[in-house]
Amino acid sequence: MPARSADGGSSRRASPPQAHKRTPSQVYSIFLPMIITENLEQTYESVGRSLTVLRNINLCVEENDFIAVVGPSGSGKTTLLGLLAGLDLPTAGYVSIDGQNLSELSEDQRSKLRAEKVGFVFQTFQLIPTLTALENVLVPIELLPTDRVSGNDLPKRARGLLERVGLGDRLDHYPTQLSGGEQQRVGLARAFANEPKILFADEPTGNLDVDTGALVADLLVQLNREMRTTLVLVTHDQKLASRAPRIIRLEGGEIVADTKAGQS
Amino acid sequence: MSPAFAARLARRELRAGKKRFALYMSAITVGVAALVSINSFRENVMSSVHSQVRSILGADLELSHRNAFPVTIDSLIDSLAHSGIPVSRVVSFGSMVLATGSERAPRLLQIRALDGNYPYYGTIATEPAEAWLSFQNARDAIVEEAAMLYLDTQVGDSIAIGNISFRIAGVLKEFPGNLGIRAAVGPRVFISLRYLDDTGLIRFGSLARFRAYMQMEDHHAVELFLGDHDEVLDANQIRYSTVADVEADLSSVLDRLARFLGLIGLVALLLGGIAVASAVHVLVKEKLNTIALLRCLGADQPTVFAAYTILALFLGVGGALAGAMLGIAVQASLPRLLQDFLPLDVTFSVQWITVLSGIAVGVWVATIFALLPLLKIRGVSPLRALRREVEPTKQKRDLFRWATFAALVASVVALSMWQAPEPVAGAAFATAIGATTGLLASIAWLMIRAAKKFFPRNASYVTRQGIANLFRPHNQTISVTLGIGFGVFLIATLHLTQGSLLSQLSVESSPNRTNLVMFDVQADQREGLEQLLARRGHPDLGIIPIVPSRISKVNGVTVEDIMSDSSAGRGDRWMYTREYRNTYRARLSETEVLTAGAWWDEESASDAPRISIDEDIAAGLNIDLGDRITWDIQGVELETEISSLRRINWARFEPNFFVVFEPGVLEQAPQTFIHMTRIEDTRERVQVQRSVVGLYPNIAMFDLTNIQRTINLVISKVGVAIRFMATFSIVSGLIVLVGAITTTKFQRIQEGALLKTLGASTWQIRQILLTEYATLGAVAGLTGLLLAVIAGWALAHYMFEVAFELPTGSLLFSWILVVGLTVLVGLANSRAVTRHTPLATLRELSE
Repeated sequence: MPARSADGGSSRRASPPQAHKRTPSQVYSIFLPMIITENLEQTYESVGRSLTVLRNINLCVEENDFIAVVGPSGSGKTTLLGLLAGLDLPTAGYVSIDGQNLSELSEDQRSKLRAEKVGFVFQTFQLIPTLTALENVLVPIELLPTDRVSGNDLPKRARGLLERVGLGDRLDHYPTQLSGGEQQRVGLARAFANEPKILFADEPTGNLDVDTGALVADLLVQLNREMRTTLVLVTHDQKLASRAPRIIRLEGGEIVADTKAGQS
Repeated sequence: MSPAFAARLARRELRAGKKRFALYMSAITVGVAALVSINSFRENVMSSVHSQVRSILGADLELSHRNAFPVTIDSLIDSLAHSGIPVSRVVSFGSMVLATGSERAPRLLQIRALDGNYPYYGTIATEPAEAWLSFQNARDAIVEEAAMLYLDTQVGDSIAIGNISFRIAGVLKEFPGNLGIRAAVGPRVFISLRYLDDTGLIRFGSLARFRAYMQMEDHHAVELFLGDHDEVLDANQIRYSTVADVEADLSSVLDRLARFLGLIGLVALLLGGIAVASAVHVLVKEKLNTIALLRCLGADQPTVFAAYTILALFLGVGGALAGAMLGIAVQASLPRLLQDFLPLDVTFSVQWITVLSGIAVGVWVATIFALLPLLKIRGVSPLRALRREVEPTKQKRDLFRWATFAALVASVVALSMWQAPEPVAGAAFATAIGATTGLLASIAWLMIRAAKKFFPRNASYVTRQGIANLFRPHNQTISVTLGIGFGVFLIATLHLTQGSLLSQLSVESSPNRTNLVMFDVQADQREGLEQLLARRGHPDLGIIPIVPSRISKVNGVTVEDIMSDSSAGRGDRWMYTREYRNTYRARLSETEVLTAGAWWDEESASDAPRISIDEDIAAGLNIDLGDRITWDIQGVELETEISSLRRINWARFEPNFFVVFEPGVLEQAPQTFIHMTRIEDTRERVQVQRSVVGLYPNIAMFDLTNIQRTINLVISKVGVAIRFMATFSIVSGLIVLVGAITTTKFQRIQEGALLKTLGASTWQIRQILLTEYATLGAVAGLTGLLLAVIAGWALAHYMFEVAFELPTGSLLFSWILVVGLTVLVGLANSRAVTRHTPLATLRELSE
C-alpha cells in the first residue's frame, strides 16, 4: 500500500456533481436518509501513477439500517468506511451524513460532526493505552459540547455502558490489563458513549477468536438495536455479515452486489 | 476547540507516563539549575558588595601616588587631620623578607608601613587578638598567615626587612577586603610607618605606592572635598578612590565574571532544549495512533495540539521548578568555589526575582524547543486509526513552522544578550552557537553522505547494517552529533585553552630559561652581585637596565597642555602620566616582533635618539613613526624620535618594556638593573637568595618556580569554577544523547524482533548497534574535538596571544572516552531491543 495522504492532502477535493441543481439533502429533506453517496470515487497518486481504489459508489442508508460491507482484501472496504465517516475527502463524488454534505465542511467541522453523531469500533480496538477503561469510554462524551451533557452524568453513563458490556468490575483497568475480548467490549461501550446516530464498525471481530468474536458480535447487534443506531459494518466474516439485513459486496472498488435479507 | 478536554487529556497522559517524562524534565532541570545558581549568586555578590564596600576600601577616601606625596598634597592631608578627620598613611612596596631563625629562602613580600587607625571599617583578626592594637608602638610586625608558612617562622621570631629587623607580634588571619588569591600571590607584612626610613628600602627606582586613607562623615563630605580639591589632585597626579568608585569597579568585574559563567550555564540550558526537542519528537511519534484515534472520535486539530502543548508546558514548568530548587542548593556551594576571587563574604539569600526569571526562561526554552516537533501533530490524519501506514502530511509552505523556527532563533539570541556581560558579546555568543550548530550539523550531513558513498560493501553483515543505520529513514544522526559534539566542543575548548596558558608559563621545561630574577639592583651593587653569582658558578642570563622616566612633551606639546585639551580621550590618560620604566638594548628580544619601522641596524637620518615603542601604547598616545617624545629623566629632558613599533607577547614570563631606547644614549642616566640567572638546585637557590638579601636588602628576588606554582594555583582555581559550570553542559549533553537514542528505540525494537525472527542472534543485533553507536560517537566526538582545536587555537592566538599547544595524547584519550560513553549509553538504552522476545514485539506491532 503506498503511503497515503491524509485528508486535505494531495487528493483533489470533491465538489457536488454539476448535473444536480438541487442537492440531495433538499430532495430527501423529508425522509432524510442517514447516509447518501453519489458517484463516489477515490484515487491516490503514488510515484506518478494514479490508483483508483473506489469508483462509482452510490449508496443510500436509511436511519436505523444495519448494513454489512463485505469483499476480499483490497476491495476498498476500509477506504469506503473512512470516506463515509469523513476521515478523508473523496476525489470525486459526494457523501452526506444526516443531511450534511461532508465536502462542504472543514476538517474541524467534520471532527465536530463525528463527535456528535458518529461512533467507531475498530478491528485493533484502538483503546488509548494511557487511559483506564472508564476514561476510554469517557473520551467521546467529553468531546461533546457541554450543553449536551451535564458533568455529573458523565461517569455514570460511562459506568452504565461498561456494566452493560459486562465490565462493571474492570473500570480502572488499563487496556494492557484486559484481554482482547475485554478490550473490544470497552471499544463497544466507547462507540455508544456519545449516543451516536451512526456506528461504523471496521472488522470488529477480526482480531478475536471465534467464541469471543461471537460474544462481541452479539453485544454489538444488541446494543445497536437498543440504541436505535444506524450501523455500517465492514467485515470478512460471512457469519457476522449474515446477521445484517442488507449486505453490500465490493470487488475492485465497485459495488458488485447489494442484497437485502430474504433476497439471494 | 475544547480546552477542558485538552487539559484533561494532558493530565491523564502525564499520569500515565511519569517515568518517561523524567528525561524531558531533567534536561530542563539541569539548565535552569545552572542559570539560577549562577545568577542568584551574582545577585548575592552584588548586594554583598554594596553592603561591604566600605570595609573593602577600609575608609571613605583613598589618595595615592607613585612617589612620596608632593608638599602641597602633604599639607592638604595634614590640614584634614588637624580639622579632626581621621587620616592614615600607608606606604606599600615589595621587599625581600628573611626570617632570621629559619633556613628558608627569603621571600618577596608586600610590606605595608602604616600609621593611624586604618582600616576604619571591617574586621581585623590576628593571633594573638590584641596584636593589631599595639604593633605600631614598637618595632613589631603583623605577618599574614601565608607568609608565616613561606618563611617557616613563628610569633615572637624576628624577620629582617631591609636594614632592620622586626619582632613578629601576631599572625594576620583576616583583613577587610581580603582576597584569598592575593594571600597566595603577595602575602603582606604590616609594620609601623615610623620605621620605614630605617629599613632603607625606599630608594631610587623602588616600586612603592604612597597612600592616605580618610574616614569621613558620609559620601557628601567626600564629594565636597573632591569638588574643592579636584584640580590640585589632578595637577599632582594623585589618584583617588571613593567607596562609590570601588563599588562600581568591583561590581563591574564581578558582574562580568558571573555573566561569563552564566553563559556556560546557558549552553547547558540550550542543550536541554535540544534534549526536550528529541524527547517530544519521540512522544509525538508514539502518540500518533492516539492522536489519530482522538481525531476519529471527533476531537478537532486545535484540541489535540493544545493537549500535548499543555503537557509539554507542564513538564517544562515541573523541570524548571526542580531546576530552580537545585539551583538554589548549588548556589550555596558556589561561594566556596569562588571565594578566593571574592574580596568579601557573600551572604546567602534566595533571590526570588532571579529564581522566577530562571523558571520563566526554562519554561520558555522548553516550550519553544517542544513546539517544533509538536507541530507534526497537526498533520496526523484520523484515517491512521483505520490504517497504520498513513503517514502524517507535511505542509509545504508551513508559515507556522517557520514562525516557530524564527521564534526559536530569536529566543537564543535574546537569551544570550540577556545573559552576556554586554549585548555585543551576547550577540557574538549567539552567533558562535549558531555557527557551531551549523558546522556540527553539516559535518553530520556529510557523514551521512560519506557513509552512503563509501559504503563498505564487502564488510560483514552486522557492520554493513550498523553503518546503514546512519542514513536510514528517520535516522537521528544529526541530532546525536549535535548533542555530543556540542558538549565535547565546549569541554575540549576549555581544556585546550587552559593547557596552552599553563604550558606558556612553564619554567622547568626549558633548561636555558631564567628561574631567578633580581630587581632593583642599584648601579653600585652590580659589581658585587655579579661577583657573588660568578663565584658560585651561576650563569648570567641577562642584565637589563631600567631607566625610570616620564613623558614631558609629545611632538613639542607638554603633557599638561594635552591633558587640559578636552578632546584627548580620558581612557588613555594614564599613558601620558605614568612612570615609564624604559630600557636600552641592541637586539629585539624573543618575546617581541617589529610591526612597523626599522630596528637600529639601519642608518639614522634623525638628529634625535631613536626609540621603539609598543604599538598599543603608540595607539593610545595617538603617535606614529617619526613622531617625537620628550622624556623627563630625573629632571633632565631628552627628545627622542619613534623609529619602530613592536608587538609584545606579555604572556611570556619575561621582563618586557613599552619603550626601548637605542644603545649609547641612556648609559649615564640614573638607572637600576634586573639580573637574571638560572640556578637548578633548589637548596642552592635558597642559599643565593639568603646571601643576596644579607648583602643588599633592597634587591627584590623572584623565584619563578614559586611564582609558577602560584600561577598554576590561580589558573587551576579559575578552571575549577569554569569546569563546575561546564559540568552542567556535560550532563545536558548526556541527556541529549539518551534522548536522541530513545528517539529511534522503538523502531529498533521492531527491527530487532524482525531480525531475530529471521534468525539473527542477540549478539549479532548488539554488534549492529555497537557499530552504529561507535561510528556516531567517533564522528560526533571527532567533530567536537576538531572544532575545539580550531577555537582553542583562535583563542590562544588572538585573545591570549600565546603559542597553541596541541596535547594529542589527551585529545586521543578524550575521543576514545566519548566513543566509549556513546556506546555505553546507547547499548544501555537499547536493552529492550535485545530483551524483548520477537513474538511479544510482533504481537505489539500487529495491535
